[in-house]
Amino acid sequence: MIQIQHLTKRYDGKPVVDDVSLTVERGQIAALVGTSGSGKTTLLRMINRLVMPTSGHVLIDGQDTGGIAPHLLRRRIGYAIQGHGLFPHRTVGQNIATVPRLLRWPADEIRARVDELLTLFQLDPDAFRDRMPHELSGGQQQRIGVARALAAKPDVLLMDEPFGALDPVIRAKAQADLRQIQRQLGTTLVLVTHDMTEAILLGDQIAVMDQGRLLQYAPPAEILRAPATPFVEALIGPDMRPFHLLSLTPAFRIATEGHATGTPIPRDATLRDALAECLWSGRDALPVEGGGVVTLTALRERAAP
Amino acid sequence: MAAAGLFLLAFLASPGSFSWLFAPMTRNGAPAIYTQTPLWSLTLSHLTLVAVAVAASTLVALVLGVLVTRPSGREFLPLARTITSVGQTFPPVAVLALAVPVMGFGAGPTLVALFLYGLLPVFENTLAGLTNQPAQIREAARGMGLTPAQRLWQVDLPLALPVILTGMRLTAVISLGTATIGSTVAARTLGEVIIAGLLSSNTAFVLQGGMVVGIIAVMIHEGFQALARLASRRTG
Repeated sequence: MIQIQHLTKRYDGKPVVDDVSLTVERGQIAALVGTSGSGKTTLLRMINRLVMPTSGHVLIDGQDTGGIAPHLLRRRIGYAIQGHGLFPHRTVGQNIATVPRLLRWPADEIRARVDELLTLFQLDPDAFRDRMPHELSGGQQQRIGVARALAAKPDVLLMDEPFGALDPVIRAKAQADLRQIQRQLGTTLVLVTHDMTEAILLGDQIAVMDQGRLLQYAPPAEILRAPATPFVEALIGPDMRPFHLLSLTPAFRIATEGHATGTPIPRDATLRDALAECLWSGRDALPVEGGGVVTLTALRERAAP
Repeated sequence: MAAAGLFLLAFLASPGSFSWLFAPMTRNGAPAIYTQTPLWSLTLSHLTLVAVAVAASTLVALVLGVLVTRPSGREFLPLARTITSVGQTFPPVAVLALAVPVMGFGAGPTLVALFLYGLLPVFENTLAGLTNQPAQIREAARGMGLTPAQRLWQVDLPLALPVILTGMRLTAVISLGTATIGSTVAARTLGEVIIAGLLSSNTAFVLQGGMVVGIIAVMIHEGFQALARLASRRTG
């Protein structure tokens, strides 16, 4: 659990982060959203003290991080950044092993952990362990960057625009994988993004920031249904609201008894996918894999607040 | 390269067998090959002198470069720049002239001149290598929890190595040529052959001294380039 209490950062008297308080529950994902210059990255970097707060506190599992030497604190917190930041002179395996080596894990334990993580990220350990970062594709480098951040089994993972450098197809896959791995490991995750779609897709809670202030901190559905200020509304984009809302629910949740023809949609497909399929195939109802149907009428109900 | 190296070895092992090559450049039956001191022994002491000077200037320039890139040493950057630039612009001949009264004749003054002359390339390249690193790598290293010393040894220096090697290459090649003037103050270098040639108007001596220095310079140049390539190949 991360508790941020009245956190403020001023540069030359100007607040970049202004009295922000929020709590991220254990095992949850908090997405910090805002335009550039909103203070979201500074807020993130104060959690692992890459930026020293001017005032306020950050507590991790109840312990004030201000009382821990910064480099020791950072070894306990995973950190992944845009464009991965892999060390170009070290192999994939050595990169992943960075923090475990700093923590002086035994060599065989480190080796086992590297292989475990490569497998977790669907990379064959024997093929990738000894490669150099420049020999990998962008998507692979990004996965290694996240694997490195997770290497020492941190309870908390911080990510700064981790998917920013990926093309849309790879990004969607990377986001889905991250979500699954985060659920599997139970890591508490704070993610900075400027992309509201990404925040809605990944966040259990979304924190909207503007000019250093926290405008709203709430689950995605609440942000969409009741944006706290016109800025939050603008960030969502009024034209996207119904689709964002639909994307929050999987199809099987609203499946009802009934009959429909044609190819069924997967159980986990979102209502947004279902709507798209209805419009595209000209159907009023779709069968859902594993039983039930989703109707266009039901979708319309779900697309409004 | 290999041919030049073999030729050099053969020439140093038995200079006499090459007298036919230099004989056309002599006049009035002057000797074609310098025999006062064996060429191989001059070459060895020349190389030793250069190696010691390059090692010393590399060490000092590296330490200086690291110090002024630390947060606490940043204010000394202008001072370090001035020292190394003056070392480079002050003519080595003048250094010799100033050092001889203090240190006497021999290798000492030459070492000092070469040392000062060689500081700048290594210093500037160390500086460039340590400061021109991608911000993401620096950020990642800090974020992972590496201490400043660990960042220096495990990330900054290995990544700067190719650029530092380039600086060492410049220093080594410059020193190799400059060392010849050491013979004016009785340092044992290949300059002895060249000076003997100048004094006795024997072009053959001048040429063979210059040739040995030249071939070695090319080989050192290639060697350092190969090292730098090796150091940067892994990072792609």
